[in-house]
Amino acid sequence: MSAHDDTQHGHDDAHGHDDLGIHATFGGYMTGFVLAVILTIIPFWVVMAKVFEKSSSAAVVILGLAAVQIVVHMIYFLHMNTKSEGGWNMLALVFTIVLVLITLSGSIWIMYHLNDNMMPLMNPANLP
Amino acid sequence: MLAHPDLTKLIFGRLTLEALPLHVPIVLGTFAVVALGGLVLVGALTYFKLWGYLWREWFTSIDHKRIGIMYMILGFVMLLRGFADAVMMRAQQAISFGDNMGYLPPEHYDQIFTAHGVIMIFFVAMPMVTGMMNFVMPLQIGARDVAFPFLNNFSFWMTVAGALLVMASLFIGEFARTGWLAYPPLSDIVSSPDAGVDYYIWALQIAGVGTLLSGINLLVTIVKMRAPGMTLMRMPVFTWTALCTNVLIVAAFPVLTAALALLALDRYAGTNFFTTELGGNAMMYVNLIWIWGHPEVYILVLPVFGIFSEVTATFSRKPLFGYTSMVYASVVITVLSYLVWLHHFFTMGSGASVNSFFGITTMIISIPTGAKIFNWLFTMYRGRVEFEVPMMWTVAFMVTFVIGGMTGVLLAVPPADFSLHNSLFLIAHFHNVIIGGVVFGLFAGIYYWFPKAFGFRLEPFWGKCAFWFWVVGFYFAFMPLYMLGLMGVTRRLSHFNDPALQIWFVAAAFGAFLILLGIGSQIMQFAVSFKNREALRDVTGDPWNGRTLEWSTSSPPPKYNFAFTPLVHDHDAWWMMKKHRYQRPLDGFVPIHMPSNTGAGIILAGLSFVFGFAMIWYMWLLAAVSFAALLLTAIAHTFNYHRDYYLSADEVRRVEASRTELLARHV
Repeated sequence: MSAHDDTQHGHDDAHGHDDLGIHATFGGYMTGFVLAVILTIIPFWVVMAKVFEKSSSAAVVILGLAAVQIVVHMIYFLHMNTKSEGGWNMLALVFTIVLVLITLSGSIWIMYHLNDNMMPLMNPANLP
Repeated sequence: MLAHPDLTKLIFGRLTLEALPLHVPIVLGTFAVVALGGLVLVGALTYFKLWGYLWREWFTSIDHKRIGIMYMILGFVMLLRGFADAVMMRAQQAISFGDNMGYLPPEHYDQIFTAHGVIMIFFVAMPMVTGMMNFVMPLQIGARDVAFPFLNNFSFWMTVAGALLVMASLFIGEFARTGWLAYPPLSDIVSSPDAGVDYYIWALQIAGVGTLLSGINLLVTIVKMRAPGMTLMRMPVFTWTALCTNVLIVAAFPVLTAALALLALDRYAGTNFFTTELGGNAMMYVNLIWIWGHPEVYILVLPVFGIFSEVTATFSRKPLFGYTSMVYASVVITVLSYLVWLHHFFTMGSGASVNSFFGITTMIISIPTGAKIFNWLFTMYRGRVEFEVPMMWTVAFMVTFVIGGMTGVLLAVPPADFSLHNSLFLIAHFHNVIIGGVVFGLFAGIYYWFPKAFGFRLEPFWGKCAFWFWVVGFYFAFMPLYMLGLMGVTRRLSHFNDPALQIWFVAAAFGAFLILLGIGSQIMQFAVSFKNREALRDVTGDPWNGRTLEWSTSSPPPKYNFAFTPLVHDHDAWWMMKKHRYQRPLDGFVPIHMPSNTGAGIILAGLSFVFGFAMIWYMWLLAAVSFAALLLTAIAHTFNYHRDYYLSADEVRRVEASRTELLARHV
């Protein structure tokens, strides 16, 4: 609750949902829910039925589906689109993605080199 | 304690009477002094019947101005503690040569340098920077409070709870002996089985909740609550840097929380994230902690750049040179600060390609910072510079920070870093940028905005004493460390064999003594200013002939900041208003919607403190009870519907009329 929600902003809590592209409708939530369930069942099935020979391919599939799941949540549950909150949501999302990419790819790159140089015994090929 | 050992263990965990430092005279003496001081304070507050006043007007206050002031007080009190640690280290290193082992045993010395780092970063610099943003930013954007006033109070008290845990470690058990970032394997349960690292983890986690929430709060405030007409490119530079800093806080602090949570799991639940067994890797902790740690440096320094920008423009009587480039430089620093973290561990073994990438990004980040320095210089150029105390700090900053920046670029060269890393050269470098940048800037800001906060100016004589003692003391304390670092002396040593080094450490200790005089002068300054407050009274609300909106309201501002939300047509809004002969509205006041005070924040933080303490000492029963109480209080608070009230138009008219009268009397 702000002491400031006078008249000048169109985005305050009382009427804050007017400018959203997707309205919070029952149908919207149902679509999101069904998609979320499907995207959860597939990884479950991948693991339980041992669909892939290599566990690494299973991990890639699960991570990919998780990424899709994130998008589903953002669109159907958080009602985000390029115009919501005057574009601030999109800006924040792009910034977040940039930072997450930097952090993840940087960490993987760094840790790969560190492990290779400093922990040769962790690699089974280097065991005596 | 109790007859039944199992019951004792359930209630007291691993806390026994052994944990009290009854056999360490230094700590016992400190405890006696602190306890005595505390008793005097409590006695005085009770005698003058101030408890009710403090509780109603300050502790439960959700006014951003009061919370900002409380953050500053917390930061200053913790500065005294952190500085006491610094003096102890300097004294130890100045005498501990050859046969003389000094007065601090190594395990005590290790706790002191850890506590010094943790306190200075998390409980001095962070509260002061947050306090500064809390107090100034809403006034600068013409808002009546922050976006979430209750959350602001809660954030503050969580920070206090973290600080109290660190202070408690002084007298109950020990603090960590691991250095301020607690790298495993030294910080794991095998190497550090005592409660020290647990104090570290829980203090930072609890304070971290406060920092993150206040980051969100201030970010939303800037995005959503600017006065009409204040577009992004019309925001004062301090508000811009506050925006960048809060973006960094929101993005970076979760990484610290995650890294510490994984370390806590290793210590409490026997997981192996950072061990060398079962696929764990201690290097991952170093990687994660610096993904937070490097942005943290910019979290501290960016708002301070904003302070310098405001001070330089005000006291040069000119608009800031290169406003747009200043904004872009801040934004570029915000993004680049995420691309340099590996320079904190060049020598861990990542190899040539990785090191060159991060060395180059580190050098690049000095470009926007250099652009800022030139902007300040060009603002001063041909300005009518008035050397008031804040401007003196600014000039000292520009000289000192450039030296620190250059040694930073030197360290950014990986081959140079291989010989300089972990040496006193590094220590000198980061004190050079943190003291020469953050601390000088905070002092400039305190002096600059003090009249706005309290209604009277600070007394300049003691301010200038503090300035000269601090600046000269800084050079005495840290220039010798550069030399020692170049000679190869490593950090965190409590004893030396080579007597040729001693003279440098004696010089550094003398520098610390000068800084002590500087801090003493500052305390004198507050006391003398308070005593002479009538003579130093600021009746206009605009003692420096300022440029931004905070100077358009009275000093101290009324609860509601602005009777009417100002309209902004250009940057330097208040300067433009003055140029166009702005008249204060004298009638037509309307009731103002205000948030009500609440004690929920301090109660929740108190329970968090108990929970943290219980977790540190394995008091599982108390931990469970306090955690349940924490959740229940939080839920109960959501049923509190008395959250706001309307300040009547009559009350607003009364406050504004008294200001009109005051202004008329002093024209």
